[in-house]
Amino acid sequence: MVTENDVRDIAELADIGINTEELGPFTDQFNAILDYFDVLDRVQGEGSVIRDLSNVMREDVIELSLPQEEVLKNAAFQEDGFIRAPRVM
Amino acid sequence: MAAHETVFNPDDRYNAFLTVCRKAPHSDGKLAGIAVAVKDNISTQGIETTCASKILKGYIPPYDAHVVDLLKQSGAAIAGKTNMDEFGMGTTTENSAFGPTLNPCDTTRVPGGSSGGSAAAIAAGMVRMALGTDTGGSIRCPAAFCGIVGLKPTYGRVSRYGLIAYANSLEQIGPMAGTVSDVSLLMQVIAGYDRRDSTSYNKPYTHTPNPDIKGLTIGIPQEYFGAGVDPRVAEVTKRAIFRLEELGATALPCSIPSMEYALAAYYVTCTSEASSNLARFDGVRYGPAADTKKSWHDAYREVRRAGFGAEVRRRIMLGTFALSSGYYGKYYAKAQIARENVKKDFARIFSEVDVIAGPTMPTIAFKLGEKSDPLSMYLADILTVPVNLANIPAISVPCGKVDGMPVGLQIMGKPFEDERVVDVAFAYEQVAA
Repeated sequence: MVTENDVRDIAELADIGINTEELGPFTDQFNAILDYFDVLDRVQGEGSVIRDLSNVMREDVIELSLPQEEVLKNAAFQEDGFIRAPRVM
Repeated sequence: MAAHETVFNPDDRYNAFLTVCRKAPHSDGKLAGIAVAVKDNISTQGIETTCASKILKGYIPPYDAHVVDLLKQSGAAIAGKTNMDEFGMGTTTENSAFGPTLNPCDTTRVPGGSSGGSAAAIAAGMVRMALGTDTGGSIRCPAAFCGIVGLKPTYGRVSRYGLIAYANSLEQIGPMAGTVSDVSLLMQVIAGYDRRDSTSYNKPYTHTPNPDIKGLTIGIPQEYFGAGVDPRVAEVTKRAIFRLEELGATALPCSIPSMEYALAAYYVTCTSEASSNLARFDGVRYGPAADTKKSWHDAYREVRRAGFGAEVRRRIMLGTFALSSGYYGKYYAKAQIARENVKKDFARIFSEVDVIAGPTMPTIAFKLGEKSDPLSMYLADILTVPVNLANIPAISVPCGKVDGMPVGLQIMGKPFEDERVVDVAFAYEQVAA
């Protein structure tokens, strides 16, 4: 069981933004879904084993990438070739 | 390269398209001049790509997805971007921020999802073929509901470069069309190695469908015909499998006991991956702007609350919860064990049979608005998600009707035997026609 407080905490962790009216319905839906997930408590077996797979790496060399103006095109606020983001403090 | 131009003026009364490219340039090649629709979560240079979400409204990708590159090289004309459940999260296309797509077979019903726009565009005759993506059934479900053909390729066979990620370990781009031959033709164009996708596998698809299935063995899992499956859908599917037996195949009963956990394992895995993937949508690099005067938590919350629909927010929160300290062992770790069990069940069955067959969906297309509760919507995915958990190929081909609505026959194959599921679907299509 999760409570409305739990859902508020999760929403905060996920930066999802939630208002008071939404807490009740989201909490009820969460509990129905988590009840269903409880079936996983009965799962027996071992975790996934890596077989015939290897990491794909490339040499650490500079390759062609998109031009800076293309990369910035979709950003709402730009300054001196950078993207302006919200305040950190 | 763009030597010619295709004029494309569809009569889109089903809201299948989010963007229509009325004048589509194209070159010569295997698909010369064929209008191909592209699901709106696949990046198209210079053409708005929104994932049917307000949070990407106005986003114009500066580059093409690998599959779009390949389409252009083969002469296809990009006809437009198709409607979908927001970020691929849904089974009906009702979760689009830009209104639902209607099923061309019956406009009071959903087309299935999440690639509902692609399926409807084909079913209505607006395009001959389209690209969809399949994370838990999102190609096969709308193919079944709209009466067309859709292939979920083996994981790694088609590059995901330029696909806006929802659940990386599960999803594949795949071909959708009115016939198996066209699905196969489109697969020829999009499959192959791409170094920009680190999960890409060097296995091009050069196959032409072959209807000879003499000696083929087909596993029939009891779970695909049991509780939760409309008996009429089960019956239509059984008759289709009988047709395959008449063509020289042998059907053998089998069982996938891990199906009991598959749906929960799927939803824990996809929501967990989504919670990480969708963290990038914060109004800074693309989409509606975050208020840079506010502190970043406040600014992000404001943008994400306004930009994401309810189902997307629900899944991000579920995933955040499933990965949170104290719950990881109960949910995510267990889901990975269940996923391994699904893979083992398929491997065991495939040591005895060539393909596995059953219905694609447990019911025919729902009425619009019929599934209002999230869990009951999730349960509709029970027959499609095992394939994604196991990363194997599967195709849905129309196999009859119930209440005048199409039913899909699902053929699942061994890893990298996409050719075989195409052949079985082709064999069925030839005798059913």
